[in-house]
Amino acid sequence: MLFTPTALFLIFLCIFVISLIHYQHQNISLLIAIIKYNAGNVQSVQYALERLGASAVLTNDWDTIAAADRVIFPGVGHAGSAMPYLKNLDLHLKIPTLKQPFLGICLGMQLLCQHSEEGDTPCLGIFDTKVKKFENQKGSDFKIPHMGWNAIVPEKIPLFEGIQPKDYVYFVHSYYAEIAVETVAQSHHILNFSAALAKDNFMATQFHPEKSAAIGNRILQNFIQNY
Amino acid sequence: MLAKRIIPCLDVKDGQTVKGVQFENLIFAGDAVALGTRYAQEGADELCFLDITATQEKRKTLSTLVKRIAKHVDIPFTVGGGISSLDDISAVLEAGADKITINSAAVHNPDLIAEAAARFGSQCIVLAIDAKMEKNEWYVYTHGGKKRSPYKLFSWAKEMQERGAGEILFTAMNQDGMKNGFALEATDKLAKMLHIPVIASGGAGKLSHFEDLFIKTSAEAGLAASIFHFNEIPIPTLKAHLKTKNIAIR
Repeated sequence: MLFTPTALFLIFLCIFVISLIHYQHQNISLLIAIIKYNAGNVQSVQYALERLGASAVLTNDWDTIAAADRVIFPGVGHAGSAMPYLKNLDLHLKIPTLKQPFLGICLGMQLLCQHSEEGDTPCLGIFDTKVKKFENQKGSDFKIPHMGWNAIVPEKIPLFEGIQPKDYVYFVHSYYAEIAVETVAQSHHILNFSAALAKDNFMATQFHPEKSAAIGNRILQNFIQNY
Repeated sequence: MLAKRIIPCLDVKDGQTVKGVQFENLIFAGDAVALGTRYAQEGADELCFLDITATQEKRKTLSTLVKRIAKHVDIPFTVGGGISSLDDISAVLEAGADKITINSAAVHNPDLIAEAAARFGSQCIVLAIDAKMEKNEWYVYTHGGKKRSPYKLFSWAKEMQERGAGEILFTAMNQDGMKNGFALEATDKLAKMLHIPVIASGGAGKLSHFEDLFIKTSAEAGLAASIFHFNEIPIPTLKAHLKTKNIAIR
């Protein structure tokens, strides 16, 4: 009796609705702020979050950023032009005071380091490491920028739950952060470099989770749900 | 180690994927965004959309298409087709494309590549070269392969690299749509000569053609269209095959 097609259908429908409510509750109830500044392709991060069922606001308004449950600091661009822009909004002083889970991506990660060789730029100094330019050693013939899918070796932290060593993620960069105590994932191109850094509530990836298919989606989902 | 990339290319006309043989006789192959999304799920490493719609409202329709792609696709994608100014590039990047590709416009105005690289960064500027082998020389063609330019492939590619192109998409017109394999010799010469990545295009018809491309040349990526659109070679099958040959594949 219980297993008539109609009953089965109703049971599955209930499970579906409950999981849908649960799923939406987990993602949509959070306020995610994406820091808007003079860097390119920040919209991709917003779309990626929407695909996960979360919603995010793109803003440079400090009150909105400070009140958010999660803050994402994305960006493709030049450190030397991004820092003056952040300074103009006092964000270089305010960002380090944030206490909620924070995710820097690509240039966003590099700006959280001590210093970048790109435009000889002092950065925010949250991570105790320096950003250098990839240089081919004598006889080596690596392409620069490091662009494409490369494997990472992640440490066991909540951000990388479900991510295996040698999973591939998408990189586009000519500068890299040196390995430091805060390194939580490594990758290799010419040399080993920081694919991800983490310290307290600050996390950052050199690669683009928003462009890294299923692996990237899982990392973004972990950032939303595991903290 | 960077993985070799497999890039399905979608020629788009009014939002629909189309495919011709040697740039002619167009056949429709479905909604471009739906197809691109499917390829991403199947393991494509990147997508390339070339818009061949010719309308007055070109820039607007292209932006709408790019926005739709960006919302649905979770891998990097390149957009091209009639991009001829910094404003065109800006519109496409703002709509969400990761890279843009320029072909004819660079031949008419080689400074465009330098200006675009300075403003948006080399990493998002892909120079597309359609070239045809004639009397032992590879000549650069423009206008969808209809017009021969005075430039020769290798010197042109080198010059464009120096001006700031971040990647070269080399289409061997003699091979395009013929399914006889990539132009291996020219591709390898280009890839070895340049310090920016080379994407080979034109001629893929069998699994072994991609194997040859990655084993016999230094190209970073292989691009193809019809074999994917008509499901002659499913992407998962292709990638599994290349992995058995010890090629670095995601």
